[in-house]
Amino acid sequence: MSDQDIEKQEFNITVYTENQIGLLNRIAIIFTRRKINIESLNTSPSEIDRIHRFNIVINESEDVVRKLTRQIEKQVEVLKVYYHTNEDVIWQEMALYKVSTDVIAERVSVERLLRENGARVVTLRKDYTVFETTGHREETDNLISILQPYGLIEFVRSARVAIIKDSDGFNSKLREFERLEPGEDVIENEYLNKGQKVFTM
Amino acid sequence: MEAIQEILTESTPKQTAVEVSGSVALLEALLTEGVDTIFGYPGGAIMPIYDALFDYNEKLNHILVRHEQGGIHAGQGYARTSGKVGVVFATSGPGATNLVTGLADAQIDSTPLVCITGQVFAHLLGTDAFQETDVINITTPVTKWNYQVTDATEIPEVIAKAFYIAKSGRPGPVLIDITKNAQIQLFNYQGYTKCNHIRSYRPKPIVRPQYIEQAAALINEAKKPFILWGQGVILGSAEQEFKTFVEKSGIPAAWTILGAGAISTDHPLNVGMLGMHGNYGPNVLTNECDVLIAIGMRFDDRVTGRLDKYAKQAKVIHLDIDPAEIDKNVKSTVPVWGDCKETLPMLTALVEKKEHTEWLAKFNDYTRQEVEQVIEKELNPTTPEMTMGEVIKQLNEITKGEAVIVTDVGQHQMVACRYAKLNNTRSNITSGGLGTMGFALPAAIGAKFGAQDRTVVAIIGDGGFQMTCQEMGTIMQSGIDVKIIILNNRFLGMVRQWQELFNSRRYSFVDIQSPDFVALAAAYRIPGKMIDDRKDLPSALNEMLNNKGSFLLEVMVTKENNVFPMVPQGCSVSEIRLK
Repeated sequence: MSDQDIEKQEFNITVYTENQIGLLNRIAIIFTRRKINIESLNTSPSEIDRIHRFNIVINESEDVVRKLTRQIEKQVEVLKVYYHTNEDVIWQEMALYKVSTDVIAERVSVERLLRENGARVVTLRKDYTVFETTGHREETDNLISILQPYGLIEFVRSARVAIIKDSDGFNSKLREFERLEPGEDVIENEYLNKGQKVFTM
Repeated sequence: MEAIQEILTESTPKQTAVEVSGSVALLEALLTEGVDTIFGYPGGAIMPIYDALFDYNEKLNHILVRHEQGGIHAGQGYARTSGKVGVVFATSGPGATNLVTGLADAQIDSTPLVCITGQVFAHLLGTDAFQETDVINITTPVTKWNYQVTDATEIPEVIAKAFYIAKSGRPGPVLIDITKNAQIQLFNYQGYTKCNHIRSYRPKPIVRPQYIEQAAALINEAKKPFILWGQGVILGSAEQEFKTFVEKSGIPAAWTILGAGAISTDHPLNVGMLGMHGNYGPNVLTNECDVLIAIGMRFDDRVTGRLDKYAKQAKVIHLDIDPAEIDKNVKSTVPVWGDCKETLPMLTALVEKKEHTEWLAKFNDYTRQEVEQVIEKELNPTTPEMTMGEVIKQLNEITKGEAVIVTDVGQHQMVACRYAKLNNTRSNITSGGLGTMGFALPAAIGAKFGAQDRTVVAIIGDGGFQMTCQEMGTIMQSGIDVKIIILNNRFLGMVRQWQELFNSRRYSFVDIQSPDFVALAAAYRIPGKMIDDRKDLPSALNEMLNNKGSFLLEVMVTKENNVFPMVPQGCSVSEIRLK
């Protein structure tokens, strides 16, 4: 393991953007150009109309992540980028599990396992049942290994969504962006200070 | 039509809407943006725009190039000399893909361009239609912004955004792909409004005075301060502000090749060129200075050499408009994020007036050594064959440093950048970041259109010339006056130099044959001359410069000359070699 690998950890990159065709590609190639794998990518409308929020998870050193966020923020249709370690965010992934209804009905232990793992029934059919859990990767992984012996038919997991612990949301920032001459709240130089956790522009 | 045009030429939005096609709306937008010249090549998917252009012939000078790559390099040359946005037209498919090299070049060298490409009808997108290619996705990594228009009503707003994005902040190329149906479609045209704000795009940061104060404090305490400047000074039109700063602070200043000419070559505080083939003093003393002030430059690897041995002793002040450049390659002590037209006067106000006589003398010592060991041999050779350097020296003597020098890529580029005398800004047009062979001839055509009252001299190697020599057809047809010097060493010289120095003279595919360049020029009705004797050089250069219209001068130079000094790859700037 090189020194760089040791510094590597999971970072959650949050990107606020305009809803624009082609922007996903523009953002994705910033990673692929540097041969960085995107571990998880979620994009969906944010709390504000017409503004999209990307949650991107990568495994890299902070120095690399900082440079990447600046390259992303440089894109014309990107409003703002933040990056955080796992400690700075509350995050969840959702998972769906399809198992045979017969097995569930006949084997009580399965029901107990599902209950212990916080799984909920989404669909109950004669032939199969779909359960849902949300949690961290290890939790959803754990339920897979538990269900595997009982004939897990199909499994799918969503990308990660993450809420930033130390964030006041984007509404007030957006008002600044919409002004012709943004105030200092938006245009600031503070992030250039070293050692700051939150990347802000 | 005339009545419509009268209404349309007014730039203010009209209450009374007129029905126009997307193509007409596009051309009206260009006129309002002050465009006078377009470099382009027609084709199937852009035909409606060219049909509309037929009626705009008097207002928009369209230059028919011979290849779209030539078109975009011409657009770059135009943008660099004029300071305006270069405009390029190309058709879909191969027309658009031929732009890619130029886009990549403009992206890395921050050249403002708006490229318009035709595209197949919207209903054919994704069907592998004739000459359909995914231009937006192909060009995404090499454009500052791109957008596909499928509905004519979008055109005024999108073109306004394109120009605003191309020229503001750190400039760059923008590509707008317009489907054929949108070019034809008639819509209620409400006039054209220029764009000056996009909420997600903030090209001009508010300058924080505390950083200026910190920077000034460092500069005022410095014993051996050193300025590195790049093209940012020129792009920000801050040449005067820069000169005032340099002169008040008394700090020696060196340039990247794209920054050349921002202050004149013979300014006493201009200590020369940075980087791999830069001057001796600026490279060595980078690792001796105590405060390094980088202005509008991005610490390219050709400038820094080995990064972990680059200016480690120095405190670094980095002035740049692009925050992504700050701390990208070299960690700054004080980041000054802003437009240098704004930040430089603020800094000048706070720095003390000084003269760093002893420190400057050190640069001059190194210059003396470089003159003795390198420059003298290059400019006043005793060898029977001519050197590239003596051609540039002769040219300097005749043009007195007033010409625009356009160079291609390779040995001749390094020699020209090192030795050309430049009195004025926007006089050194070259492909810096991408190193695009074939750049010079088309860029020189564009450079002349962008600065018609100036002499434009293209200096090109025998290899690079053959990459885009078809653009002599553009010269022939447009009648533009471009002076072409081919420095012919019958080799792909820079690669040969590396093979000599690092691959034990294994000359692998660098021995290049050339056609009779003078005869080739003659076929395009461009007069020319070949010389291989030093005594003919002054008269041949005079003949070229005095000729009415373009002229091609081929100068046979010594085959195996090397460009020195040189920072070998993987070495520190202070390990620069003189031989």
